[in-house]
Amino acid sequence: MMEDIELRVEGLKKYFPIKRSIKSVLKREPPRFVKAVDEISFQIRKKQIFALVGESGCGKTTTGKLIMKLMEPTEGKIFLRGQDVSHLKSKEENLKYRKMVQMIYQDPFSSINPRFRVYDVLEEPLIIHRIGESRAEREEMIYHALELVRLTPPEEFVSRFPHMLSGGQRQRVAIARTMILNPEFVVADEPVSMLDVSIRAEILELLRKLRDDLGLTYLYITHDLSTARYFSDWIGVMYLGRIVEMGEVDRVIDNPLHPYTRALLEAVPEPEPDRKDVIKSIPIRGEVPSAVNIPEGCRFHPRCIYAKEGVCNTSHPKMTELEKDHHAECHFAGKI
Amino acid sequence: MLMKVTDLKTHFFTTRGVVRGVDGVTFTLGKGEVLGLAGESGCGKSTLGYSLMRLVPPPGRIVEGSIQLGDLELTSMDESTFRREIRWKRISMIFQGAMNALNPVYTIGYQMMEPFKYHTEISEEDARERIARQLELVGLDPEITSRYPHELSGGMKQRVMIAMSLLLHPDLVIADEPTTALDVIVQAQIINLLKKLKKELVLSLIFITHDLSILAEISDRIAVMYAGKMIEIGDSKRIYEDPKHPYTQKLLSAIPKVHEKVERLEFIPGAPPNLANPPAGCRFHPRCPYATKICMEKEPERTVLDGSREVFCHNIPG
Repeated sequence: MMEDIELRVEGLKKYFPIKRSIKSVLKREPPRFVKAVDEISFQIRKKQIFALVGESGCGKTTTGKLIMKLMEPTEGKIFLRGQDVSHLKSKEENLKYRKMVQMIYQDPFSSINPRFRVYDVLEEPLIIHRIGESRAEREEMIYHALELVRLTPPEEFVSRFPHMLSGGQRQRVAIARTMILNPEFVVADEPVSMLDVSIRAEILELLRKLRDDLGLTYLYITHDLSTARYFSDWIGVMYLGRIVEMGEVDRVIDNPLHPYTRALLEAVPEPEPDRKDVIKSIPIRGEVPSAVNIPEGCRFHPRCIYAKEGVCNTSHPKMTELEKDHHAECHFAGKI
Repeated sequence: MLMKVTDLKTHFFTTRGVVRGVDGVTFTLGKGEVLGLAGESGCGKSTLGYSLMRLVPPPGRIVEGSIQLGDLELTSMDESTFRREIRWKRISMIFQGAMNALNPVYTIGYQMMEPFKYHTEISEEDARERIARQLELVGLDPEITSRYPHELSGGMKQRVMIAMSLLLHPDLVIADEPTTALDVIVQAQIINLLKKLKKELVLSLIFITHDLSILAEISDRIAVMYAGKMIEIGDSKRIYEDPKHPYTQKLLSAIPKVHEKVERLEFIPGAPPNLANPPAGCRFHPRCPYATKICMEKEPERTVLDGSREVFCHNIPG
């Protein structure tokens, strides 16, 4: 089974220290932290798409950045194909890792240099990683990458500047740029949220086809449960730096066990005109607390409509597998 | 009827030619009605919203058509009367991105006082009273008037924007993507709030968004725009259940649904046309799977189906 796992994350933490005033240093106040990611563990099987969903500030993008090695974790380990990659020391190791793990960013309008032609955008990673002996060889790889993302015929696109492309075409260029290095693992951070609904499905379809053809594994970071269901195999729901529910996507969405997941699912708008005069009840209270002062016990308890005094506000629930391929971190999961 | 818009055209006179942002749009809006305005980015839906407020940024301007609010013709009204009598008083707007629409260096109370200063003659005390009442209506503690925007969450800021748009009791509120930047739970709460206000205040609302799932939650009628034109407009239930224009059909089948397992979603190949040089005939024809010869040559006329629904298409599929 172990060879089956592409990426494994164990007890990953990222705390950002808050800048202290001179006064608080002199008064010997303890340093405070924003606990962006607070001990999360998950694994992604080969060729699977794992969706990490949650509201803004829940730590999903930080998790993506940690996996991309764009920042060092405070604690915890990351394994890629069983190899510990939590701390890469040398430049070579970093370069090698970057070739294997690539990222697609949210905004194709700012992730591509506006002064680069499509050709240069795609050539840059090849030059950095010293791939391709000659210009002709690189050119062939660039053409191939463009065909891969269905920007055809490639001759028509190579000399264009980003402003001459539509949003969808730009995102395809960004995808071609990640694929040209032949990665194994791709972190896709909200790859379609800036695009029009009419072309979102097209981009997701393309990503899925690339997964099938090239044998890729994705971490799909999104706030959108609808595309997560459509696109992914597994899903992890994050709240205030922790994964509170995780499992096979249909199980989690059809039978949510954590009260937070339920509230999220209740809130998702659906194209059903019959609900237009109904005030929706959303089973949640208050607003997200700050990641500096995380509530004691279960961190969701101040907002939870099922919270019990003496349990939820004092003891931390454990992640439990309640049915096959379905885990939740709640004292009353399965009983509410 | 509250508002009647006839053949409205708003064009942008750029150095690269005339961009036809809104190019001949006709619709009506009843009192207490929510009209959902949908379409891809760049289809002219926000420009239409700004046109109704007469806030189109230069080089754009309304070139043709009429906007009637009750008995008043708004397009020919002089600017000072419009500002005094209409803008904020009769028609107000909730802008896209509440985060940036508030001025960070003034308190909420100071900013909410502004409409009273410019549009009414009521005393500061009365104005404070009304601000407090308005904030309570949108579910906020009136105490927040002394706070600055950065002290509020995104949802609270959006509530402030809504309270501000309602300060002078307008008949019509134009909400331009009011929930786009918000998280899904906050978004649902804001939609709930707008539904409540619509009922309590008999408010007319034009709700602009690209997200047809959100529109379904609130709209009585739906208008779909494409490349500066309206291509289908009608009762919301009928449009969702039986869309007639190929574009509406495609748009609806492209939406992923959370409570349904869908194997393959549809998408619309290609991109919307450049509005400086829109295609001849039906503007959707280059992307339309049903396009025939006539679609490339002649602009489709309005077809009225079962009394109230209007569709602009040559080959309305049965």
